[in-house]
Amino acid sequence: MSKLSEKAAALLSEGTVGLVIGYEQGTHGTRPKFCRKAEDAATLILNDKCLNNIGGYLTKPELIGSGKVAVTATLAVMRTVVQLTAEHQLTDGNVIVLALDGDEVLQMASIDEIKKWLAAHPEDLSDENKALLSKLKALSREERWNFWINEMNKCIKCYACRASCPLCYCNRCIVEVNCPQWIKPWAAPLSNMEWQINRVMHMAGRCVGCGACDRACPVHIPLRLLTISMAGDIKEAFGVASGTGNIDGNVLSSFKPDDKENFIH
Amino acid sequence: MSETNQEFEPRIVAFVCNWCTYAGADLAGTSRLKYATNVKIVRFPCTGRIDFMLLLKAFEEGADGIIVSGCHPNDCHYTSGNFHARRRWTVFRGLLDFMGIDVRRIHFTWVSAAEGAKWADIVNETVADIRALGPYDEYKSIASNFEKEAAK
Ligand code: SF4
Ligand code: SF4
Repeated sequence: MSKLSEKAAALLSEGTVGLVIGYEQGTHGTRPKFCRKAEDAATLILNDKCLNNIGGYLTKPELIGSGKVAVTATLAVMRTVVQLTAEHQLTDGNVIVLALDGDEVLQMASIDEIKKWLAAHPEDLSDENKALLSKLKALSREERWNFWINEMNKCIKCYACRASCPLCYCNRCIVEVNCPQWIKPWAAPLSNMEWQINRVMHMAGRCVGCGACDRACPVHIPLRLLTISMAGDIKEAFGVASGTGNIDGNVLSSFKPDDKENFIH
Repeated sequence: MSETNQEFEPRIVAFVCNWCTYAGADLAGTSRLKYATNVKIVRFPCTGRIDFMLLLKAFEEGADGIIVSGCHPNDCHYTSGNFHARRRWTVFRGLLDFMGIDVRRIHFTWVSAAEGAKWADIVNETVADIRALGPYDEYKSIASNFEKEAAK
């Protein structure tokens, strides 16, 4: 048994946690694994193929009654735990994060510890994403419009981008509001674009950059570029790094009287 | 489009706050200032209330340009609605631009209740700018007939 499995099994058998959420090997890549008994933990793995953001499960109503929960965490999952706690969706101390430091298993029980670890392990944009972003930004506005409308054309409104996002936890999403119906429910370029603008705006300052939305999209719309671009704008305008559990309030629900802009006359 | 840009009368929708810009526009009227008639004013309690979706809906329904205007910073009737709005527009504008939506068609201004003349100038400038840009056919073209019919 790996050290990770041993640790998870111990937490379960001691009764420290009622549930460990992790990953195991599936037929097509890794898949989430929910361990309620010590023996369930035997197949747990944690490596760079674990790309689903399982932090999203932490806010599911089905977990109520599980007591304390442990989650095996990549950096993206850790950022998710921090952000969800800042948004009062999780209680500091109720989630135990299990991470790997080489071969060793780290157990972090508080947001402060997780934040320290994250500060010591910053994740930069991949070179591929940087290149794509600058390529798009260098295009003319018309070309960018054509690029995105072409992408939006493909959307089938499956809402997998929403389902996969750990920060999309509203009980009632704007796309289900039909009085007034802001966004038409069928898949058509305009309403697809409106859906993405809404989804992304609602992520302002909150997106942890896990890329789950992008990977979930069955028609391969490069959704990550939207949130990456917005996070860059937010960093530049307000000096706030997106998805870092800013306790001074969310970017769009807080302000500074001397916030700078150059477009209001 | 058979119209040339000289003949083209842009449709402008202005989203304004009740306390400053609406009163400013009112002052422009009572002062008998003459300004372009292309603007349709929609009054809101506060710029903080102006949801970004309203702007997109205006474009969908055929607006060629939009004005968003409210109280100057520190003058908000509700103390901070305009500060929140300012952040929202900063983020929204960046996102729209990244998606290729023409942000030159959205003019953001602060107009106080005393600035009737500024309001008249803003409208005139916006109309002239949008007239130069031409109708926003690009956006209208994706608001397809199917969507229009189904929305009826
Ligand atoms: S918007 Fe996408 S990248 Fe951002 S937190 Fe949600 S799933 Fe992750
Ligand atoms: S996952 Fe892709 S296809 Fe599905 S709703 Fe989101 S953008 Fe559209």
